[in-house]
Amino acid sequence: MNRPAGSLFAAQHRLAPYLFVTPFVVLFCTFGLYPLIKSVVLSFYITSGPRSQVFVWFDNFRFLLGDPDFHKAVWNTFVFAVFSVFLQLPLSLGLALLLNRKNLRGRNVFRLCFFSPRLVGMVFVGVLFSVIFAAPYGLLNVGLHGLFGASLERAWLQDPHLVMPALVLTALWMYVGFNMIYFLAALQNVDRTLYEAATVDGANAWQQFWHVTLPGIKPVAVFVVVLSTIGSFQLFELPYLMLGNNAGPDDAGLTVVMYLYQNGFVTGDLGYASTIGWTLAAMVLVLALAQMYLSGTWKKEP
Amino acid sequence: MGKAAGKIILYTALAFVGFLTLVPLIWLVACSVKGAEDFFRYTFFPPISRFSLANFVSLFEQMPFVRLMMNSLFVAGTTVMVQLFFSSLGGFALAKYEFRGKKIIMVVMLATMMIPAQVMLAPLYELICRMNLADTYLGLIVPGAVSVFGMFLFRQSMLQLPDELLQAGRIDGCSEFGLYWRIAIPISRPMIGAFCLIAFMGTWNSFLWPQIILQSNLKFTLPIALNQLVGLQRQDYGVLMAGTLLSVLPVAVLFLILQKEFLSGLTAGAVKG
Repeated sequence: MNRPAGSLFAAQHRLAPYLFVTPFVVLFCTFGLYPLIKSVVLSFYITSGPRSQVFVWFDNFRFLLGDPDFHKAVWNTFVFAVFSVFLQLPLSLGLALLLNRKNLRGRNVFRLCFFSPRLVGMVFVGVLFSVIFAAPYGLLNVGLHGLFGASLERAWLQDPHLVMPALVLTALWMYVGFNMIYFLAALQNVDRTLYEAATVDGANAWQQFWHVTLPGIKPVAVFVVVLSTIGSFQLFELPYLMLGNNAGPDDAGLTVVMYLYQNGFVTGDLGYASTIGWTLAAMVLVLALAQMYLSGTWKKEP
Repeated sequence: MGKAAGKIILYTALAFVGFLTLVPLIWLVACSVKGAEDFFRYTFFPPISRFSLANFVSLFEQMPFVRLMMNSLFVAGTTVMVQLFFSSLGGFALAKYEFRGKKIIMVVMLATMMIPAQVMLAPLYELICRMNLADTYLGLIVPGAVSVFGMFLFRQSMLQLPDELLQAGRIDGCSEFGLYWRIAIPISRPMIGAFCLIAFMGTWNSFLWPQIILQSNLKFTLPIALNQLVGLQRQDYGVLMAGTLLSVLPVAVLFLILQKEFLSGLTAGAVKG
C-alpha cells in the first residue's frame, strides 16, 4: 500500500462500512424494529383511534381466546393453508415433473404460461375472480353450464359453503405455476448420474421418484412448504376484494389478517389489532418451526 | 408406439393445464373489449366488427385513470429506487467488510423476517399519523424504503465479489463508495434486474398499507382505486375488467423485459440453500 496513505483516505476506509449500513439501519429501526416493539406494548392496551388508550394487561389476549369471530377467522385461515400445502403444492410438483422431462419441446413457453397468473397482482386477481364467480354469467358458471349443464344461478360468493372452495380455487390458479418454478429449479439441480445409477440397479420410475428425486429436492420442498404456509396465513386481499369488508355470508371468508384489519382500521382499536397480530405471528412461527423440525432440516447429514 | 402415446399424453396434459391457466386471462381481455349488450351474448370475444372501447371510455369518465396510473408508477418507481440503493449499499457493507455490530444487524434482521409484517401495522399507522404523514406519498414510500429481503439478496450475490478486485481498486486510489459504485454494482447487474422486478411487483400490487393511509381519491394507487370501483360497480363487469386489464399491463410488460433475470433471482436463494 504505497498509494494515498493520507489520513483522510485511511479514515474513509475505516468508516465506510458504518456509513454504508447507517441509512439502512436507521430506517429499519424506525419503521421496522420500533413498530415491532411498540406493537407488543400496544397489545396490552385498548385503544380508540391513535390517541386514546387504556392499559388492560392481558385482557386483550383473554378476550381473543374467547372471541368466536377470531376462532372463525383462524379456522378459515387454517383450512385455506391446508389446501395450499396439500393440494396446491403436489400439483406444482407434478407440473414441474412433467416440465422436467428430457427432450420436452416448448418448455419455456409452458413455463411462462403457467407462471403468468403471478403477474396479476393479488388485488387484481381478486377483482377478476369476483367476476368469474359471479352469477349468472361469470365464466365459471358459464363453463360448468356448457360442459355439464350445471345451473347458472350458483352464486359462489354468496353461499357460505362455496366461499372457501372459491378462495382455494383462486389461489390454486394463482400459485400452482409460481411454486412450480421452485420445484423445477430444484429438479434440474438433482444429480443426473443418480438416476443412471438407479436405472442400472433396476429401480422403476416410482422408486426413482421416491429415493432419488424427493431426497434431492427436499431442501427446496421444505422451503416452499414453509413459504406457502406463511403466505396462506397472511391471506387478506383475495377475500377482501372478492367478498367485501364483511367477509361474505356468515363470515365464511373471514381470515386472521382481515379480522386484524377490521378491528384496527375499521373499528379503530389498534391495541386489539396488535394482539391479533402477535397471535398470528406466534401461530406462523410455531407452524414454520414445526415443519422444519419434522422434515429434519436441522438434523446433521450422516 | 408406447413412447409416442406417452408423448401425446404428456403434451395433452401440459396443454390442458396451460389452457386452464390462460382462460381467465383471455376472458379478462375479452370482457374489456365487449360492449354491455354483448357481454352475455358472447362468452369470449365478439366478432371483430363488434369490438368496443365503451368500457374504457366509461372507466376514464368514472375515475381519473391516467392520474391513478401516474400515482402508481411514481410510488412504485420511487420505492424501488430507494430500496435498491439502500439495500445494495447495506448488502455490500455486510458482504465485504468486517465491522463492529455486523453480526447483531444480521441476526436481528433475519429474526424479523420470520415475523409477519401485519404485526407492525397498528403501531406503524400510529407513528405515521404522529409524523403527519397520513394521506401522503411520503407516508407510503418511507416505511417501505428498506427491504431486508433485498439486503440479503445483495449480500449473497456480493459475497462472490473477489477481494483482490476491491484491493486493486483501493491501490488505484478508488474511494470505498467508488468501489461500491464502479465495481460492486456493475457486477451485480443480473441481481439488480431481478430485485427491481420483484420489488416493483410488490409495490405496484401493494394494497393493505395504502388502503390504510390514503384518504383522498386523487392520491389513490391503482389497487385502492380498483377496490373503490368494485364497491361502486359490482354489476358493471366490463368496466371492472377494463380497469383490471390496464392495471396489470405495466407489470406484464416489465416482466417480459426482465424475465430471465427474474426467474434466476427468484430461485437463487432457494436452490443454493
